[in-house]
Amino acid sequence: MNILVPIKQVPDLVEELEINEEGTDLNRDAVKYKINEFDDHALEEALQLKAEVGGTVTVLALDGDETDKMLYTAIAKGADKGVKVTGDFAGGVTSHVAAKAMANAISTLPHDLILTGVQAVDDRDGQMAVLLANYLGVPHVSVVTGVKVDGGRAIVHKEYAGGVMAEFEVDLPAVLGIQAARETPRYVAVSRVRQVQKEATLEEVEAGDTAVAAGSSVRRMMKPEKGSRAEMIEGSPEEIADKIVALMKEKGLKK
Amino acid sequence: MSQDIFVVAEHLKGKLADVTFEMLGKGRELADARGGNLVAVLLGNGVKNLVTEMGIANRVISVEHASLENFNPETYSTALAEVIRAKSPAATLVANSSMGMDLAAALSIRAGLPLVAYAIDVKVEDGALVATSQLYGGKLNVESQFSAEGAVVSMLAGASSADKGRATGSPAVEDFAPPLSLASPKVRFKKMIEPEGGDVDITTKEVLVSVGRGIQSVDNIPQMQELADALGGALSCSRPIVDSKWLPKTRQVGKSGVKVKPKFYLALGISGAPEHIEGMKDAELIVAINSDPNAPIFDYAHYGIVGDLFDIVPLLTEKAKA
Ligand SMILES: Cc1cc2nc3c(=O)[nH]c(=O)nc-3n(C[C@H](O)[C@H](O)[C@H](O)COP(=O)(O)OP(=O)(O)OC[C@H]3O[C@@H](n4cnc5c(N)ncnc54)[C@H](O)[C@@H]3O)c2cc1C
Repeated sequence: MNILVPIKQVPDLVEELEINEEGTDLNRDAVKYKINEFDDHALEEALQLKAEVGGTVTVLALDGDETDKMLYTAIAKGADKGVKVTGDFAGGVTSHVAAKAMANAISTLPHDLILTGVQAVDDRDGQMAVLLANYLGVPHVSVVTGVKVDGGRAIVHKEYAGGVMAEFEVDLPAVLGIQAARETPRYVAVSRVRQVQKEATLEEVEAGDTAVAAGSSVRRMMKPEKGSRAEMIEGSPEEIADKIVALMKEKGLKK
Repeated sequence: MSQDIFVVAEHLKGKLADVTFEMLGKGRELADARGGNLVAVLLGNGVKNLVTEMGIANRVISVEHASLENFNPETYSTALAEVIRAKSPAATLVANSSMGMDLAAALSIRAGLPLVAYAIDVKVEDGALVATSQLYGGKLNVESQFSAEGAVVSMLAGASSADKGRATGSPAVEDFAPPLSLASPKVRFKKMIEPEGGDVDITTKEVLVSVGRGIQSVDNIPQMQELADALGGALSCSRPIVDSKWLPKTRQVGKSGVKVKPKFYLALGISGAPEHIEGMKDAELIVAINSDPNAPIFDYAHYGIVGDLFDIVPLLTEKAKA
């Protein structure tokens, strides 16, 4: 079974996010990137499936700043192959363009099951999984937590609220938007990634025509208004603890 | 292109979701600003009884078919795309929910319409739609404009008032013939799976100590439980804690967890991603401890402490026990 996993990098939210001078995008030079955590879950689920039913796992990413390292890391974790989708992606692309590029690349590769993260913190104009499935013309289920493969079909669990789930049967090929893998995504030592970097080579596939039917663009990016911002409690940990207890007493919650 | 605003009604187990009313309320404003009608699209099978709850709409388009009995990413997208292509509304609002995520993007591609997701607001400016999205885990807002009419906007739950959209009435119902292609879908609904019961019901607790990825290790759970006990409450958490299997799913607060409204909610090492906020923003008193002064949780908390939770938790436990 050919399992494909499109992955991407997103700004690390632990770092301060700076807005550019035009007020339309992040100041990308100042951004520290990391893999989208849901893509990491998609990769983990793909590796688990491979262990279960066999096949190969291919990771794909649009060519960009630290794409190579991200792909090598995925290979170090157990993916068989890394593919860079090349094209003009400098300065960032919309989700639609990214999905179209990915669909073009994937249509040139054998594919039975495509797993990608349910969402990313920057996909303003839609999430990859469902955009990609519709460009490819294959079925999709998003917000998936459990995947089993049985012949030409997958059995998946889609999560609603409150722990309620729906089970679907999906004909392959299909795209699944992964919310959480069955196991916590694995870690890999940096030394192992370096070794892979020396031994493995990444393949390249051209993105081709990425024109999309209708789009949207950013008019303004801003920090949320802080109208209702919390009153900040300062002081020593001792004073802070006292204040929290006092707040609870005021609410009649502690004697 | 009409001036009408369409809202896709989301429902589960015969009940309309709150986000449906939020979108109807927002849709009413947009329809009035554009001088069009507010139209609800109701997909399902035997759910027309829900129409009377959507009295705020001028009209309800109903598509009924056996394959729409339960939500299905394929049959619902197919039917919705067919309706939207036939009617060309000025905009379609879809929930940015588990179901909506399978619809909005599909509609955008199949009908060739622009899409903006994670919207907390949509307005009409000089006749054109502008949508504001909440991105980067709630750290930044982004205003988008559209290159074409017919925008699809997927709306975050809890961003606007549901009460504004609640009105009983009897809007006109237009039956829309289900597309033939619904007959043999490649995605087939099998069954619903209900959560296991038996654990603490966090929705009934007055005090919740809620922990996030900031607690760093499963080894710190007992310490947090001790604090919850001392405060007379229960331990709840954000999603990654459940995904890491540190606490059971029953303890998860948020979009895919449960909605809680305790008297006191202490958020420890929780960033305040929109999916978490959705589940706890109505708590009476929210206190958050986070080492990041820019954490979005501080935009929702009543009191905030910038600092290391491990400096405060032991002292607070001690004082609470006293
Ligand atoms: C469809 C969907 C549904 C989802 N449903 C839910 C849901 O129901 N509930 C939910 O919670 N999430 C949900 N999520 C996930 C959500 O997007 C976030 O990933 C999640 O809420 C983040 O959890 P967190 O705040 O614990 O972790 P993080 O975002 O990683 O935040 C950890 C925080 O801890 C702080 N911190 C670190 N160390 C310390 C310290 N020593 N002292 C104090 N602070 C510290 C950091 O500054 C940071 O702000 C959902 C996502 C999707 C896509």
